[in-house]
Amino acid sequence: MPSSNAISLYNCQAVDAGRIPVVGINEFRKFVIEAAKSGKRIASFFAVPSSPHQVRLFAVLADDNAGNLSVLSSDVSDKYPSLTPDCPQAHLFEREIAEQWDVIPQGHPWLKPVRFHHSYSTGKGNKKEGPVIPSVMVFFKVEGEEIHEVAVGPVHAGIIEPGHFRFQCFGENVLNLEISLGYQHRGVERALIGGPDKRTLHYMQTLAGDTTTGHTMAYCQLMESLSGSNVSPRAQSLRGIAMELERLANHTGDLGTLAGDIGYLPTSSFCGRIRGDFLNMTALICGNRFGRGLVIPGGVGFDVNKQHCDTLVEKLARALKDVNVAADLLWNTSSVLARFEETGVVQPEICKELGLVGVPARASGVEIDCRFNFPAGIYRFAQIPISSWHTGDVFARAYVRWLEIQRSIDFINDQVKMLPEGQIRTDIKPPSPGKFCVSLVEGWRGEICHVGMTGPDGRLSHYKIVDPSFHNWTGLAIALRNQQISDFPLCNKSFNLSYCGQDL
Amino acid sequence: MIKLLLARLQQKHRTISFPKGTPVLPERFRGRPVIDSAKCAAGCKLCVDSCPTGAIKKENSALSIDLGRCLFCAQCEECCSCGAIKFSGEYRLAARAKADLILNGQEMKLAQVLDKRMKKIFGRSLKLRQVSAGGCNACEADTNVLTTVVYDLGRFGIQFVASPRHADGLLITGPVTENMKLALEKTYDAVPDPKITIAVGACAISGGPYIDLPRVNNGVDKIVPVDLYIPGCPPHPLTILDGLLRLLGKIK
Repeated sequence: MPSSNAISLYNCQAVDAGRIPVVGINEFRKFVIEAAKSGKRIASFFAVPSSPHQVRLFAVLADDNAGNLSVLSSDVSDKYPSLTPDCPQAHLFEREIAEQWDVIPQGHPWLKPVRFHHSYSTGKGNKKEGPVIPSVMVFFKVEGEEIHEVAVGPVHAGIIEPGHFRFQCFGENVLNLEISLGYQHRGVERALIGGPDKRTLHYMQTLAGDTTTGHTMAYCQLMESLSGSNVSPRAQSLRGIAMELERLANHTGDLGTLAGDIGYLPTSSFCGRIRGDFLNMTALICGNRFGRGLVIPGGVGFDVNKQHCDTLVEKLARALKDVNVAADLLWNTSSVLARFEETGVVQPEICKELGLVGVPARASGVEIDCRFNFPAGIYRFAQIPISSWHTGDVFARAYVRWLEIQRSIDFINDQVKMLPEGQIRTDIKPPSPGKFCVSLVEGWRGEICHVGMTGPDGRLSHYKIVDPSFHNWTGLAIALRNQQISDFPLCNKSFNLSYCGQDL
Repeated sequence: MIKLLLARLQQKHRTISFPKGTPVLPERFRGRPVIDSAKCAAGCKLCVDSCPTGAIKKENSALSIDLGRCLFCAQCEECCSCGAIKFSGEYRLAARAKADLILNGQEMKLAQVLDKRMKKIFGRSLKLRQVSAGGCNACEADTNVLTTVVYDLGRFGIQFVASPRHADGLLITGPVTENMKLALEKTYDAVPDPKITIAVGACAISGGPYIDLPRVNNGVDKIVPVDLYIPGCPPHPLTILDGLLRLLGKIK
């Protein structure tokens, strides 16, 4: 069995990089394809230069039922047989590898740029010479009488990040949506190499500013594992509170913007304000509404006293009451339900095939949640049940958020009540040399995956970030098929994906 | 309908009385840093070395902090044993000129009102188009918050519009990535003259945490002229609102 060759790891378990098996590309291919067919997900798939003319492909497969990760690697030179035709969830990872290292996955059905930058190894871009121009590529085109094309972005109508959307329409009906991103590409992963340094934490906090706590958690857990450091129970608990406050703020905001996009202003207006109340609770703990400086390697940057805890519990109770009233209006207004139900349906089979994660997956009945399947930190002690719904439409994505809001509030209340005594911060040791570690965190959008490798000097030699948006953007494109183009904003908000988290 | 009205009553009136009332900020909020060079130990450069963005300078024992680069992480305050740098709860940070963002212990020169002609045009109605050019969605989110009932931006005559052609100016976030440079230039050109440009957040002013990375442009004023700088990472919504209102002469 080829699968026995892969190394099996738990979430946040650091191993010597040398222990990761290197196999031939055919065996590698077979392993990933069979693993995906048996229900595992590709959590990360990336290339690292291994010699002047070769890169080493690493695949990290997540087995949600068993709660473990399998890692396998293979050396390739300028091309290899693509996995995508047999394993669709590899599609964007392979495009990314091709763009970064100019290694061609032969037979890839959709080989286009992801972020529009020059190759790190050969310097090639999408133009023969000069700068790379974003969204300069061949878009999928539908032809025929009465077919028309709509192009939107990168600058959009709202206060929102940039991206380009190309719709092929027949009348009002969208036959295909192609999403072209990369406008937010800042080159973070490259900047992390050689770290950690005084900027590293700030890169993590701004990978996706609305997921400051989520990405910083993934990074801190990784660094703590690489260095074999422990975090105190009190810090773990406070980190959990920070994670759930971030989820509360964003989920509440999303219920509001969903209401706004169908013109249902009461909930839009209420939730816009309540979202701020949750952000202010984070600021109560750390002074910043987005949790900057709260989660740090070795623990948390801020402690809470009894008065903070009392205020937090009181504010949570008030916010729950308010958001309950606001959400209840949604579920009891027929004009809202008429727009939410059966709009932008994603079937569970498609979810699994594309490897969707987070709220969109759970809204299609695919019960995956890192807090449950790959618990780390406080989630090993205080489990949060998975919230899911079965209809896969906008309604389901809204309703799962509402279910999660209630669970998160319960979780925080429990944590505040049972907050362990002790230190909030320990000085962490420097990372050990030659290590490999995968860190998974359930951010509010879904699974955040960070993979870190250290060189012989103990500095980061490679760092790979997968924001949940990276998995889910294709899910949005699929949700739009055969929908009215006027439903795009609604479907888009129901996913609410990150542009900068994907572009890095 | 009755349920809706009851919900409306339950949610209460939430708009803050800014700028008349005293705004409530979190106790641990990190606002404008206060520098006291006199307390700074000779030969010590811990704060300078600790700053992730090189915002702090020490020349001849005189400290200065560039608010345009500052991420308000307070690393400097934490490593300073002399108390020469302290973060205050002061949320007012906006300035018209980049030089005014450099604090050296003197009174900060906050943003001045537009000139007479521009104020006459925009003072009572300002339509802005927001452009995110590599922003992490934190500045964007706290700009968006201004349109909620809490801040109710519309009451000041300021509104975010859907097209640069409907706009009087741009509010820009992010360090301006290489991939957004052209789009930003085109959007700026599409705004009819006369127009104003506002840079919000450390990224938009200096590149912030992304200063000098090869794929970014170290801020908006490398690409288009800027009329108002609003520091922060991200700035508090009140900091942004205060800046906008100062520009329009509604706060003096």
